[in-house]
Amino acid sequence: MDLKVQSKRILPVAVTGLLAASLAACGNSDDDENGGGSNGGGELSGSVVADGSSTVAPLGEAAAELFMTENPGVQVTVGTSGTGGGFEKFCAGETDISEASRDIKDEEAQACADAGIEFVQLGVANDALTVMANQDNPVDCLTVEQLQQIWGPDSTLSNWSEIEGLDADFDEELDLYGPGTDSGTFDFFTEAINGEGGVQRTDYNNIGEDDNSGILGVEGSAGGLFYSGYSYYLENQDRVKAIEIDNGDGCVAPAEETVQDGSYAPLGRQLYIFPSDQGLEKEQVRAFVEYFVSNSGEVAEAAGFIGLTEDQEAEALESLDSIG
Amino acid sequence: MKSPNLAASGAAAATERGLLSNGRGKTVGTLFASLLFFGLSVAMLGLAWLLVWSFLRAQGRLSWDLFTNPPSTLDIESAGFRPAILGTLMVMAFVFVVIVPLGVGAAIYLEEYADRNRWYNRFIELNIQNLAGVPAVVFGILGLAFIARGPFGLGFIPLTASLTLALLVLPTVILATREAIRAVPDSIRQGSLALGATKWQTISRQVLPVSIPGITTGVILAVSRAIGEAAPLLLVGATTFVVFDPELFNSGYTVLPVQIYQYATRAQPEFHDLAAAGVVIMLIVLLTMNGFAIWLRNHFDKKRVG
Repeated sequence: MDLKVQSKRILPVAVTGLLAASLAACGNSDDDENGGGSNGGGELSGSVVADGSSTVAPLGEAAAELFMTENPGVQVTVGTSGTGGGFEKFCAGETDISEASRDIKDEEAQACADAGIEFVQLGVANDALTVMANQDNPVDCLTVEQLQQIWGPDSTLSNWSEIEGLDADFDEELDLYGPGTDSGTFDFFTEAINGEGGVQRTDYNNIGEDDNSGILGVEGSAGGLFYSGYSYYLENQDRVKAIEIDNGDGCVAPAEETVQDGSYAPLGRQLYIFPSDQGLEKEQVRAFVEYFVSNSGEVAEAAGFIGLTEDQEAEALESLDSIG
Repeated sequence: MKSPNLAASGAAAATERGLLSNGRGKTVGTLFASLLFFGLSVAMLGLAWLLVWSFLRAQGRLSWDLFTNPPSTLDIESAGFRPAILGTLMVMAFVFVVIVPLGVGAAIYLEEYADRNRWYNRFIELNIQNLAGVPAVVFGILGLAFIARGPFGLGFIPLTASLTLALLVLPTVILATREAIRAVPDSIRQGSLALGATKWQTISRQVLPVSIPGITTGVILAVSRAIGEAAPLLLVGATTFVVFDPELFNSGYTVLPVQIYQYATRAQPEFHDLAAAGVVIMLIVLLTMNGFAIWLRNHFDKKRVG
């Protein structure tokens, strides 16, 4: 056992140690996860931690990117734990901003209150929940009543011809696609159509969080029907068609104008961010939130959503001023 | 190592002769060989299909931008995977650092020291085998509750991800290492002990060096499994949008599978191409890491013979 052999045997250990040391060196940093803030008056620095709805994430990412080009010292991260998962972390004080595709639920608000976390709800973009069908489907418009017949919790409809008062004859099997029950889109749609959040027939193709597979399903199935965010329709106009919605005042197609003027009801929705009071105490978080709201048009366009109206934007900025 | 080889080839020759002397045996043999080959080709064709699809889809997106640029929603054309690649390498490096000593240590204890007549040793053994079958997301919840939060409270940092994945793949390493140690003939141990070596000297200088190829294989398998996991990491903070390089003790990191999943579920088809490019990158990273491990194994193999 001379020294040479010994040293060779130690080699892997040494390599491992070196690796650890070099990576640990990378870990040296002046700002930790909750630290940061601004250094002096000018340059902003530190971190902004946002998490929540995967629907809102593209907006958050676009806003983060635009914001970081102007404020290179700030590190914004956007997670996609889902609206519910986002609130869970938010109320545990682990994130600065929660992103949501629906209002906060009572029990979630209670959890935040118990943890002493105050927050404000700010609209950052509009979205049209779009009902999509196969391009060969002759039906152009569905009333809210008819959507309820199709998607209601007690619905047993299995063929398009069973829907009462359709604007066209269509004898084809209903093939339903919808998001998973964790999704804010699911909560919003069931609330708007079935009158109670989370209630919907269960014998549909649950596509989870992967909206593209819903598009794929409807494209390949003559009697297919699917609902999802507007951006998924925009990107797939050559593959599926959007069903107009009649809320008692005639058929309205999802579009920027109809969502902004409120006539695309009840499926027009706002997407929200919820900054916490603790988060807003950090200068970089407040700056980011302000940027997000006041540049909603640019952000929404980049991410495939519909911008806020002037009234909505003013309202959001006002709410922001009311906290912290 | 010469005599076992001789024995093996002798056995093979004997089997072959047995088959040849018997017509029915030959047919059955051919049938089974083709069934086995069929099984192999299903696996290989599946992989080949995935690779071809990814490469076709990613075509036109494959450039150095993918390695050097951060992800982007505004500028999809030049978006890349830099933070995700670095995040994956960092997380995997520490998975490696954790599982090698712990896994090999546990295996040595169970094989060389543990008294199998004791109920607690049998209990540990049973549990390790069970742990190997627990779904990944359960380890994610464990990591969230005990490492990110709870007693360790490390927060949502790359180290948390490493520890979570290490727990996930530790059983693989322990089982593979035990097999490797068990394959060392007892005569070597007895010879070493007879020459006056202590038990630890026997293990460290005789048993372990011979088992290194088997251990390395186990570690390669373990790391390969860990590198593809997205579900547990989503729970322990692998965020989907990070444009800066990860730091071990800083929150804000992402890994390749998470980034790929996020791109794949976007509305815009450009993102789907990007996701396919991510698959190609992940493959490159995986093959590079495995290649290094295999080189390491051969290196030790050669040294042992020479």
